[in-house]
Formats: sequence, structure tokens, C-alpha cells
Amino acid sequence: MGTHRNWYLTIGMTLTALMLIYMVVGFFWTPYVPSAISAADRGAKPSIKHLFGCDSMGRDIFSRTLEGAGTTLTIALAVLAVGAVCGLVIGALCGYYGGPVDALVMRLCDAVAAFPSVLLALVVLAVTGPGKYNVIGALGVLFIPSFARLVRGEFLKYRDRDFVQSARLMGVSDLRVIFVHILPNTWPVLLSGLAIGFNNAVLAEASMSYLGIGVNPTEPSLGYMLKDAQGVFFTLPWCTIFPAAVVILLILGVGLVGEGVRERMGVAS
Amino acid sequence: MAEPIVHIDHLNSWYGQGKDRKQVLRDVSLDLAPGEVLGVVGESGSGKSTLAKCVLGMVTDTTGTLQVNSRRPQMVFQDPYGSLNPAKTVGWILEEPLRAAGVKDKAERRQKVADFLPLVGLEEEHLSRKPAQLSGGQRQRVAIAAALIQGSKLIVLDEPVSALDVTLQAQILRLLADLKEELGLSYLFISHDLAVVYQLCDRVAVMTAGEVVEEGNVDTLYDHPRHPYTKKLLDASLALD
Ligand SMILES: Nc1ncnc2c1ncn2[C@@H]1O[C@H](COP(=O)(O)OP(=O)(O)OP(=O)(O)O)[C@@H](O)[C@H]1O
Ligand SMILES: [Mg+2]
Repeated sequence: MGTHRNWYLTIGMTLTALMLIYMVVGFFWTPYVPSAISAADRGAKPSIKHLFGCDSMGRDIFSRTLEGAGTTLTIALAVLAVGAVCGLVIGALCGYYGGPVDALVMRLCDAVAAFPSVLLALVVLAVTGPGKYNVIGALGVLFIPSFARLVRGEFLKYRDRDFVQSARLMGVSDLRVIFVHILPNTWPVLLSGLAIGFNNAVLAEASMSYLGIGVNPTEPSLGYMLKDAQGVFFTLPWCTIFPAAVVILLILGVGLVGEGVRERMGVAS
Repeated sequence: MAEPIVHIDHLNSWYGQGKDRKQVLRDVSLDLAPGEVLGVVGESGSGKSTLAKCVLGMVTDTTGTLQVNSRRPQMVFQDPYGSLNPAKTVGWILEEPLRAAGVKDKAERRQKVADFLPLVGLEEEHLSRKPAQLSGGQRQRVAIAAALIQGSKLIVLDEPVSALDVTLQAQILRLLADLKEELGLSYLFISHDLAVVYQLCDRVAVMTAGEVVEEGNVDTLYDHPRHPYTKKLLDASLALD
């Protein structure tokens, strides 16, 4: 019975681990300097010398995906950190205490969540201008509502349980009840939420760079590479295929992990 | 008579607000002496748990007198599946009341927990387990230990054995009786099971629709019930035996 649910986790974890290694390697080593232009290799096909080929300017795609994946990962994790930490605190407090403040905050979250996050980020960035930190800030804030909602739901579920009442009777402080007694019970749900959030952050960063309003063009991200390759999709398909493959494999891996965690939790409870 | 540990006089209590405000306790007067076990019986919805919550300070919409002369009374809940934190180990669950009471030294907490285990019939090996890895009876022992470990003298037990099967019920009732003697506790013991109340309680109060309709010594009340509702309860429980 339990075999296929383990597959989600096993494949997902393996894939995620491989992609993480890929990205981490990119921080320390690339076969070529990612921005180095080699006139002789313009539009080179994938070969032993250039595993993923070269783009129209003669830059090594493999080196650029290594570095671009690192940029994308950094941004996605930073966005996730901003969104998840703020969402966690807001959701936990709202769910635990309830009342008019909770109602107001949730109304606000609904309003933000009603717009596609990339669209809102575009508006914010149109005001603040592009750049790595602006992207992180804009996307991070927009990720808060979904986390807040998820965490709030969990806290609503637990706040009247007997073990919470019993902790209160013992004189445990509210903050400790929230973060030490209730929070650990919500990890499985939070974890699958984090997986979905991470994927959305990767996609959002990629789409924004693709639209040309993401990170600085001198710092290749996967989305920026895809944008760059637009004009040569038919002539130099490897310029599109490899960065796209990295994005897809990463999202697939993390998505499977999230699914695996959810299934396991569903069986356990 | 010594000063009662719980003194309730003409207590009324409500749930809800505005036009949803509904009176749940009506003019309840009860005393619980130190070292005594006071049973509260009555049909479902008669306000037994509400009375318990009042004593524990969890219901605040009340009028009348309610004096609790005990530091931080504790509660043992009906369902040991819900009253223990599923994410924590038994060791953590038993140390937490001590942490909350300000025992900062880890070794001291551990020692206190280790000293407590034999009292409730648990073993050292149970400490590293999660509640899900214990039987229902063991779980209720953990819940009892957690309620007692802060040194509270007043314990409210809301149907503490009704989720357990009959042989376990007897074990836990015996345990509760022993602990009471050993630690000098007073119990407010809520139940709908008259046989269980008869085993453990000194006095019993019969509730219906938020009122205490009869109260007295267990033997007198069982032998010479005065209120028709008490007679009905007794007849019903005899019919089951
Ligand atoms: N939180 C609450 N809000 C509003 N009404 C409540 C609440 N809790 C209980 N009540 C109502 O108060 C009345 C008394 O409930 P209480 O839980 O005290 O009964 P009980 O005697 O413990 O019943 P049982 O034997 O089923 O546990 C019931 O009518 C119940 O519906
Ligand atoms: Mg009840």
C-alpha cells in the first residue's frame, strides 16, 4: 500500500538533491567564465567541449546555466524566506487569537491574492526599478498572503485542542504555546506549502527575468537566458532547451517532494 | 470543618454574547474540602464540564462566589489522544509543566520526571516515545502525571476513564485513588457513570439543566435518593448491570 507514496518522496528528493548540487557547484566552479565571449564558438552545437553548446555570442551555455541556476536559487530562497517567515508569524497570530484584527488581515490577504503575483510584482518593480533586491522584496511580500492563510488554517485547527488548553492551564505563555506547542504539529502542511512556494518563486523569478524586469542582465538567471534565447529558438534550440530543462527538473523535484510529504501526512492522520 | 479548597456559592454562568447569551449554570452552590473527592454526575449537556471550566478559570462570564484555594488547579481530560501533544515525546510533555513553573535546570527536571514515573506506573523507556506509540491506558497515565507534576493539590477530572475499556477503567481509578492518598489531593470528578462515581467519590452532586438538584454523601444518596431525577439516574444504571 505504502509503496507508491514513497516513490514520490524518493524520486523528488533525489532530483532535488541533484539540482541543488548543480546549483551549488555553479557558485564555485564553471568550465568557462559564464560571460566570456568566444568568437570561434558562436552558436556552437553541444559537444564534448561545450556540453550544452554556445549561444549566438559564443558564450558557453553549460557555464551559464550553472551560474544562472545559482542566481535563480538564491532569489527563490530569499523570496521564500521573506514570504514564509512573515506569513508564518502573521498566520500564527491571526489563527491563534482570531478576532477583528484577524478578520481585517485576512481581508487584506484576499485582496492581494486576487491578483497574479507576477503582475503585482511588475507594478512594484515599475516603481522601484529592477535589481535583485527589489525583485526579492516585491515577490517576497506578495508571497506572504498564501503562507499566512495556510498557517492560519492550521492554527485554527489546533488552538482549541485539549493539549493546548492543558498547556495554558499549566501557565505556558501564549507565544510559547504558539511556537513551541502548536507549530511543530503543522510542519507537514507547512513543508508542502514551502515546496509549492519555492516552485512559484522560481517560476516568478524566471517569468520576470524573461519579461526583462528581473535581475540585472549582467548576472545571468535562468529566466534571463530564456529571454535571450527567444530570437534563436529555431536556429540554436539548445540555448532554450537546457535552461528550460534545469527549471523544469528543479520544479518537478521539489513538487514531488511536496506531494510526497502531503501523501505521507494524509496517511498518518 | 477545614477551609474548603473550592467554595462555590450561588454561581451562575453563561455562554455566548448578546441575544445568543445562554445561561448554563444556575445557582450552583458546592464545597470541596481538602482531601475530598466530589463527584458530579448528570446527563449530557447538564453543565458538568462548564462547572469544571469555571473552577479552572476558563469561563469568565459568571456571577456569584467562586473561591479556589489552590495554586494552579489542573485538569485531566477525557480523551488522552487529544490531551497530549502529538508532536512531542513523553519526556518533553512531562518536563513542560516544570519548565512552565520555572524549573530552569534540566537535570533537576529530568530527576523530578524520573521520580514521578513509578508513581503513575510508567517506565523510563516510555520517555522517548511519542503519544501515538503508547496504549490508551499509558497515555492517560502520562496525562495524569503531567497534571500532577507541578504539585497542584486540586485536580479536575472530566470523564477521565470513559474513553477506556472496563479493565483499564478499574486500573486508572485505583491509580487515582492511590495518588490522592499519597499526594494529599482533592478531586472534582465529573462522570456520567454512577458505578465509577461510587468507587472513587466521597460525596456526589447531581446536576440537571445547569442546576444541582441533589448533593450528599455517596452512600446516603445511593441508598436514599430524594430527588426524582437522582432516582431516575440510579434506575437507569441498575438496569444496565
Ligand atoms: N463553548 C460553548 N459555547 C456555547 N455553548 C456551550 C459551549 N460549551 C458548552 N455549551 C453548552 O452548554 C451546555 C452545557 O455544556 P457542558 O459541556 O457543560 O455539558 P456536560 O454536562 O459536560 O455534557 P457532556 O456530558 O456531554 O460532556 C450545553 O447545552 C452546551 O451545548
Ligand atoms: Mg462534558
